[in-house]
Order: sequence, then C-alpha cells, then structure tokens
Amino acid sequence: MTSPLEQKKIKIAGPSVVTANRTWDGIVVYRTAAKSWSADLSEAAIVRNSDEAKALLAEAVADDVGAIGPYIAPVQIGDDGKVLPGNLREQIRRTGVTIGQPAQV
Amino acid sequence: MYAYDEIDRTLVNERVSEFRDQVKRRLSGELTEDEFKILRLQNGVYLQLHAYMFRVAIPYGTLATNQMRALAHVARKYDRGYGHFTTRQNIQFNWIKLAELPDALEDLAKVGIHAMQTSGNNMRNVTSDQWAGVAPGEIEDPRIWSELIRQHTTLHPEFSFLPRKFKIAITASDHDRAAIKIHDIGLRLIKNEKGETGFEVLVGGGLGRTPFIAKTIKHFVHGRDILSYIEAILRVYNQYGRRDNIYKARIKILVHELGIEKFSREVEDEWQHIRNSSLQIDDEVIEDIRSRFTYPAYEKLPHMPDELRQAAADPDFEAWRKNSVAPHKVQGYSIVTISLKPTGGPPGDATAEQMDALADLADKYSFGEIRVGHEQNLALPHVAKRDLPALWKALDKLGLATPNVNLITDIIACPGLDYCSLANARSIPIAQELTRRFANHELANLIGRLHINISGCINACGHHHVGHIGILGVEKNGEEVYQITIGGRADENAALGTLIGPGVKFDEVADVVEDIVEAYLALRERPEELFMDTVKRLGVEPFKERVYATR
Repeated sequence: MTSPLEQKKIKIAGPSVVTANRTWDGIVVYRTAAKSWSADLSEAAIVRNSDEAKALLAEAVADDVGAIGPYIAPVQIGDDGKVLPGNLREQIRRTGVTIGQPAQV
Repeated sequence: MYAYDEIDRTLVNERVSEFRDQVKRRLSGELTEDEFKILRLQNGVYLQLHAYMFRVAIPYGTLATNQMRALAHVARKYDRGYGHFTTRQNIQFNWIKLAELPDALEDLAKVGIHAMQTSGNNMRNVTSDQWAGVAPGEIEDPRIWSELIRQHTTLHPEFSFLPRKFKIAITASDHDRAAIKIHDIGLRLIKNEKGETGFEVLVGGGLGRTPFIAKTIKHFVHGRDILSYIEAILRVYNQYGRRDNIYKARIKILVHELGIEKFSREVEDEWQHIRNSSLQIDDEVIEDIRSRFTYPAYEKLPHMPDELRQAAADPDFEAWRKNSVAPHKVQGYSIVTISLKPTGGPPGDATAEQMDALADLADKYSFGEIRVGHEQNLALPHVAKRDLPALWKALDKLGLATPNVNLITDIIACPGLDYCSLANARSIPIAQELTRRFANHELANLIGRLHINISGCINACGHHHVGHIGILGVEKNGEEVYQITIGGRADENAALGTLIGPGVKFDEVADVVEDIVEAYLALRERPEELFMDTVKRLGVEPFKERVYATR
C-alpha cells in the first residue's frame, strides 16, 4: 500500500475518510461530522470529492492536540451502508495485525 | 558488563525529566506536533500504524539481567506483553501510550537503559559483535571502543542535527557478525606491525532504496586517533551531506557522488586540523573504560564434561547444540545463541515471561549477562559446557530452543505492514509461512546455512539486499508483490543480492523460496557446498530459470 506519508496531492477516487492517531495514546481514530474524533469507523465523516476531502482534512489538521498525522484514506460502503476500510493498510489499522501477537499465541 | 558512572546516571535521569516535561506540554497543546516530533524522535518514539512505537537502545548488544527484567516490566506494564528485538541491537515496543512513556523511561533509567538517539538524524546506537569479549581469536573486546564512541557521540551538539541518521558498527573478529559493511561507518579492530590497536575504517555502507557496500577509507587509524578520525568524517558529512532531499541525505550518497578518493582527501584535510587536539585519547581513558567492564571469574573446566558426553545421546539435544552452541575463548565454556525464530512466530519477538525467565537462566548459567545480535536472536555468552543440557531443557520449556540458528528459518524480518507506517507490504506473515514450510529440522539441516531477509518496503529494515535470499515487499496496483534477490550477504564478504525477475504475489513467496531451495539441492556438487557457494559458482540464472519456468 502506498504510504499516506507520501500523500502529496489530494485526489480521491471514491468515498473517503480522514484518519489519524490519537495524541495521548496513539490509537487509530477517524474524523467525525461532529468535528471530533472517534475510534469507530462507522462514525467517520464520509467525503466524496476533493473539495470535501480538503475541507475535512484542514479541519482535522487544525485539531493538533486531539490527533496527529491526519490523512485521507479510502473506504468502501457496503450495500447495507456499512463503512469498511478501502485497502489492506487501513484494514490492518482498523482490525489490528494480521498475525498472532506473541503474548497471545 | 559495563558499569555506568555518576555522569551517565545523571544524564539519563535528567533526560527523563526533560522528556516528561515535553510530553506534558505536548498533551496540553503548548507544543504542536511539529515542534514535538523532533523531541520525541530523539527519545526513540515513532508513530506507527496502531500506536506509538518506542525504541530502546541496547548499546553494543549487552544486557544485564536486571536490565532484561526491566524490559519485561515495560512490556508487561506499558505495552502488550512482548517486545521486538531489531537488527540494530535495539528493542521496540509497539503499543506504547505517549502519556505513559515518561513513566516507562523512568523505570528503564533505574537500570541504566534509555532511548536517546534511537531515532532522529543523529548518531544511533553503536552496535557490535554479540560475541564480543568471548569470541575465540578476537583482537580485543570491541565493546571498549564502542563505549568510548557511545560516550563521545551521546548528545554531541555537532552531531545532533546531521543531514540524516548515522550508524556505526564495530567488529574485532575475522568473521564479521556486526555487519559493518552496511553501516555508515564500519570499524574493524586490528593490530599494526608494532602490535598497536587500531582500526580499518570503512565508510558509506547502507541499504535502503540506494544500497551500497562500505568502502575502506583508511587501512589503519591508531586507537588513540579514532575519535578525531570519526569526527573528521562526520564534519565532512555534516558540511556536504544533502539536506534538500531525504532520499539522498545519507553519507553513502555523498561518498558515492564524490568518490571515495575525493571524500577521503576531504576527511584527511579535516583530520589534520583536529587529530592532535583534545580528541586524542589518552591510554588512561581507554584503561578507565576497560576497567568498567567486568568479566566472569571463569572456572577451570574440562573441554568435554561428562554431562555433555551423556547428553550427546539425545538427538534433540544434539540438533540444538549443533546449531546454537559456539566455541568460547575459555576452555569448558560456550556461547549459546537463543533463537527468537520459533516455527510460526514473528522473528525477533519475545514475551515478557520469556524475558524474565531468560534473565533467571542468565543469572544461573551465564554470569548474569545476555547479548542481543543483529540477526534478531539473543545469546548467553558464558555458559559452562557442563550446564548445556540443563540450559537446553529450560529453554525448551520456554519455547526458546528452536534448533534453527543460521538455518533457513532463522529469518530476519522487519515489522512490515502489520506495524509500520512506512511499509508497503507485510513481512512477518511471509516469515511465519516460511518457518512452517521448512519446519522439518532434518530438511533445514540438510539445506545448511541459508539466510533469508525480508523487508516490507524499500527502506530495507529487514536487510533484504544482503540476504542469501532477499525478499522485498512492494505495492503494485493495490496488491502486495514481493521481489526476490539471491546472493546477498552481510558478513566480511558483504555483497548485494541480484534480482531474479518479476515480483510474485503474497501467496506465492513460500513456493518460490521452495523452488530456489530445491534448485540449490539439485545443483550443489556436494552436501558441504553451501547455498552461497553454489550461487557463487553458477550465478543466479539456474535459480531464475527454476522459479520462472512455470510462472
């Protein structure tokens, strides 16, 4: 997956969200329509074009205390309206590592 | 072991207090992330996919048992019960909370461990041979010089804002276990014709997207001049190294673009200005550092004790002994490598319980000392041969007696896309599948020495360029694709591997490795011909044909 650290131009091809890591503990969070952060992807604000994405990202960047490293990530919307990560990287960020963690094995 | 003095303890404690204040100001919003980022990086704190990652230095790979217990404590109290040993003698914790980091650092500081300069554009942890001080035939203990350089470069103001990170490795043996030729500066400890200690100095090695093997810049630098010579190299780098392009900022690019002759002339000019300064090391300084390293009071023991003779009848013990136990400089003792590569496990990971138990075993069998190697394994450096059978049984109960050291399942792998924000593809699941595929130890022994290295992106933290078989994960059209190289090595004959062809999909990687291994077994002239010997004799073509004939 192309790292979002290399994300230079805002160009989206489908539904997207703004995601980051919460400052105090680093967990994955998503920007909500209520201008806050949620660890639940289903609560994320969905953007569908570049202008919306830019606006949501700008607002997220402005909240420097709440979360760090915000970027735009693709999502897929299922037939039932469920929001799912749009690529493997985001899937791993949402659900965790694809391997057993040693302390749990 | 090395005993820190009051200056070291004060420095580490002050750093913890300083960072605690910085974290507090960050969480209150007084510091922005842009302002804070460089501060956290200088304290080993990255942001990864799921959380912050905390990297702790283990200078020259030497750990006391109370330090290992402190690492276990951090894993248990502040993380998820495990840590990941890296290719540069560090340990990483993957799930740390920023708000709790100052407490974790304070707990580590109590036993003299810190995370200073484990990230950022400064001098990183000075690494060395994990067998330092105990390897037969060693010139002298390279950790004495590693410690000298560590002291000189820690918080050195001139080297805290280099164009890019900077790594030094030191070896003192003919066989290089510290991978010095893939470091920014590699030092090989040697003696001159007068019997004086000095160094062959190599410069400009490194992997990443533009890999280079280090070149010798000076064949002999006297020990008393080593700090001034390193400083001269760093000054030339600091002056000419590129800051405008992160991909061209490492010293290897500067050395390559200037050429080693011009680069060495620049260093020589600089060196002449500073070599007869306070940077010249008095013998007393070295002797003071040497006196702070304590060595065990070895007993006079037989070469072949009865315990070992009796245990030799057990084929499981013998399988482990053959691969994990190495000769020691003192008769009756051995160096024991502890594989952190169990079948199906993530390479380099250890649980808090394993760390604690290993500390107990080191107290009982290794004079309280543990080593960390760049291959992501641990070692007990002073084990009496009579104790080997008992140690093996204890390690086996802990899941730490996999008899695969230096074999095909002793894989070096970066955290990859499961943890790392830079990664394009997963590394650990590839390693796990390969350890399952070659879990049969008879087969692994039949194959013999074969190093597989896996990186999840071009930054090459898994050192794929120098794997006998190297695997690089990239992304293509949204999918993980893996490029395979053959013929790399990280030892005294370091070389970069050759790409054998188009990348293969995630599910095909283990099959491809199996094909390469089958080709090797069919092509080798005799069982003693190692994989690398066959590659050297025949080149990569026969392997390429085998892999792509049906793909």
